[in-house]
Amino acid sequence: MGQTLRVTVNGEARSDEVEPRLLLVHYLRETCGLTGTHVGCDTSQCGACTVLLDGAAVKSCNMLALQADGAEITTIEGLAPEGGLHPLQTAFWENHGLQCGYCTPGFIMAAAALLAENHDPSDEEIGRGLEGNLCRCTGYVNIRKAVKAAAQAMREGAAAPIGG
Amino acid sequence: MIPAAFQYSKAGSVKEAVAQLREAGPEAKVIAGGQSLIPLLRLRLSQPSHLVDVNGVRELDYVHPEGDLLRVGAMTRHSTMARSQLVQRHLPLLAEMAAQVGDPQIRARGTLGGVIAHADAAGDYPTLAVMLDATIVTDRRRVAARDFFQHLFTTVLAEDELVCEVVFPMAPGPHRYLKFRRRLYDWAIVGAAVQKLDSGWRVGLTHVGPSAVRAAAVEARLQAGATFQEAAAAAADGLEPPSDVRASADYRRHLARVLTRRALEQAA
Repeated sequence: MGQTLRVTVNGEARSDEVEPRLLLVHYLRETCGLTGTHVGCDTSQCGACTVLLDGAAVKSCNMLALQADGAEITTIEGLAPEGGLHPLQTAFWENHGLQCGYCTPGFIMAAAALLAENHDPSDEEIGRGLEGNLCRCTGYVNIRKAVKAAAQAMREGAAAPIGG
Repeated sequence: MIPAAFQYSKAGSVKEAVAQLREAGPEAKVIAGGQSLIPLLRLRLSQPSHLVDVNGVRELDYVHPEGDLLRVGAMTRHSTMARSQLVQRHLPLLAEMAAQVGDPQIRARGTLGGVIAHADAAGDYPTLAVMLDATIVTDRRRVAARDFFQHLFTTVLAEDELVCEVVFPMAPGPHRYLKFRRRLYDWAIVGAAVQKLDSGWRVGLTHVGPSAVRAAAVEARLQAGATFQEAAAAAADGLEPPSDVRASADYRRHLARVLTRRALEQAA
């Protein structure tokens, strides 16, 4: 039943036998052991499972693992340099862009895709850019603040502080 | 939830996709962007025996202007259409619609052909195709959009037939698409699209029945010189909209009239 999936996850080339019905999010969590990507709603709405597929933010619960064959995937674990934090992670920390934290990996990956295209997003552009992600705690105000701060830090080329 | 088991194959060309569909039999389905299909698989509302994945069919990912027509390949993704300078120049209403589908993650995967073949009552592109008299091109024939959509989730497509292209007329004039929805990324509870052509206005409505509707009564009133308000008052004429948890039929009729008026005012 298994078919071969060849995919690069966070820079590591992998080859795994997977069932066609295996969703990408379950492949990442259970086969690769990368549990930073969360399953939130299981109905493709909440965006907690957001990862980068060849640089574009996608919902990994809404793709078959086999559809990622040949692609490069970045999860929250692969965003930061070894031992450091990505400016988005630092900014979410410093601006308290989370409460329970369950949605955070998805928000950060969606924001990473947004900032790759738009280095200085307005409040409205951040809202539009993150409309595929739901947070039930924060009311989004600090998330928006965090994304703005990260955008500024990235424009200024600030080095990511170690540890935070 | 976890989808029921199915076979899976990848097609690299239209020819391969059709051959694989034929070989896999009547319970096989095409998977394009999968943004509607995968949720249905997970809920087990859809349990195909086999999925033919057409994401590798690169020959169907294009935007080609040709004379006064805009040919858009079925595997062109929402995000591509929203950003395409060719779409923005020749049929900006399509770019506007594409930018309003779902959310950024959905737009990165979902495709024009997928929406057309899925024929959801709340799909946006069927409205544009019907109101502009677009042509749906499959691997074997050309079908006028008004004949293509038959009912909810039902089209004229044969089980082994693949949507390859939609041919729209170019329409660079005033236009607007307004969707009424509770959350940004939701399907439209009702949507209204308007496009000014040299010959007059075209008006289409989303999710006011099992399939997209061309609001001919509104167009006729505008042709006869009615104001936007007078013309939009006819937007719900003859409609039998569904009632569901989001809106009653009466509320949908109200939305059809209000959104049509606003779209005309904002377009002009």
